[in-house]
Amino acid sequence: MFLQAYDDPGNPWFSWRYVQDNTDTILAALREHLTLTAQAVLIAACVAIPLAVLAYWFRPLTGPILASSGVLYTIPSLALFAFIAPYVGTGTTTVLIGLVLYALLLIIRNSLAGLNQVPGAVRDAASGMGYGRFARLVRIELPLAVPGILTGLRLATVSTVALVTVGDLVGHGGLGTLLLAGFRNNFYKAQILTGTVLCVALALVLDLLWIGVGRLATPWLRRGR
Amino acid sequence: MNPLEQAYVWLNDPLNWTNPGGVLERLSEHLIISAAAVALGCLVAWPLGIWLGHRGRGGPIVVLVSNVTLAIPTVALLTILPLTVLGFGKPAVIAALTVFAVPPLLATAYTGIREVDRGARDAARGMGLSGGQLLWRVELPLAVPYLAAGFRTAAVQVVATATLASFVNGGGLGQIISAGFGLGMNAGGGQILAGGLLVALLALLVEGTLAVSQKVITPTGLRGRR
Repeated sequence: MFLQAYDDPGNPWFSWRYVQDNTDTILAALREHLTLTAQAVLIAACVAIPLAVLAYWFRPLTGPILASSGVLYTIPSLALFAFIAPYVGTGTTTVLIGLVLYALLLIIRNSLAGLNQVPGAVRDAASGMGYGRFARLVRIELPLAVPGILTGLRLATVSTVALVTVGDLVGHGGLGTLLLAGFRNNFYKAQILTGTVLCVALALVLDLLWIGVGRLATPWLRRGR
Repeated sequence: MNPLEQAYVWLNDPLNWTNPGGVLERLSEHLIISAAAVALGCLVAWPLGIWLGHRGRGGPIVVLVSNVTLAIPTVALLTILPLTVLGFGKPAVIAALTVFAVPPLLATAYTGIREVDRGARDAARGMGLSGGQLLWRVELPLAVPYLAAGFRTAAVQVVATATLASFVNGGGLGQIISAGFGLGMNAGGGQILAGGLLVALLALLVEGTLAVSQKVITPTGLRGRR
């Protein structure tokens, strides 16, 4: 009797029992969060990096591309979801479109900065060796721009992990749905904190993952320094 | 009727503006919350950033603060803070938004002071200016463009983030969107879109206004240097 009374101190900020009893729910939320983040960042990268190359090749396009993605970035995430939902409905697609549009600017800006940092002498040498525009891009310029591109991907990933929570608006917020459900369900602190901690941990793990990818992709940066 | 027409109809109903919980009330809530959060952020971040920059220390702290806050979801802070001593209501929402206003303000204040030309600093020292005079007469005026840029970033971000307060019933224009979702897509589609338009318009308006004021308050000698 006493033990049980001690075991149940009302509404603690953390409780192992909550984690044990709800492992399936927590893992499902984590899985949704991770899937949405991965899909959003990959799609955003597939759109943003070509756009950055376009802005790099054709200078007059730089302004319009950066300005339009900047406007998209300024529009609050909630409004972005509000624009998409009436047309696409309340599903993961709505969340995904919003996340992708939001991640674009970070990747475009940093990739473009990376490409612009390629020294002119290197470009000239590549042209002198007979590289065409496309071959030069793939073999010389993109590899040298990897640090910039990676900065963009890291920022996009971390901010996307945080932003997925807003998807709760249409019922698909991953860990956000978990912690908001905890809030609405009599302010269940253990559930709220578990969701938050997992969210921050996920951002951290994915960030470290990108750092690892970056080290593998740029072996020349480690040698001779 | 497509959602855009519905939104047009919704926006054209005067009661949707003047009713309790209508656009005007939500807009004033939104502006009050945002202004308080930005003001509080400036009060915390500027003295700290300027002091760290003047001393030339604490760069890693500034970077750490921005990285950590980037990873914390706004929604999480908005749900956690009302359950602490702050209690439910505006103070918790303002505190949560302040956390996200601090990093850009802190980083720009620090860099603004650090980036002051060494020659200018040495010249001021040579003319016999004390540490405080150096800060007030040389470093701060030269850091104005940075401070203004940070203020703009922070303000736009806070105005945008304040919409999320609706997740915890904290007021602001986001409430209109959430209420629309509550009605369901068929009945509330127009309201959702209308709310989205209002929020987006406000964010772009704040961004535009601050971009112009940033140009105006930048001292003439510093224009076009960045």
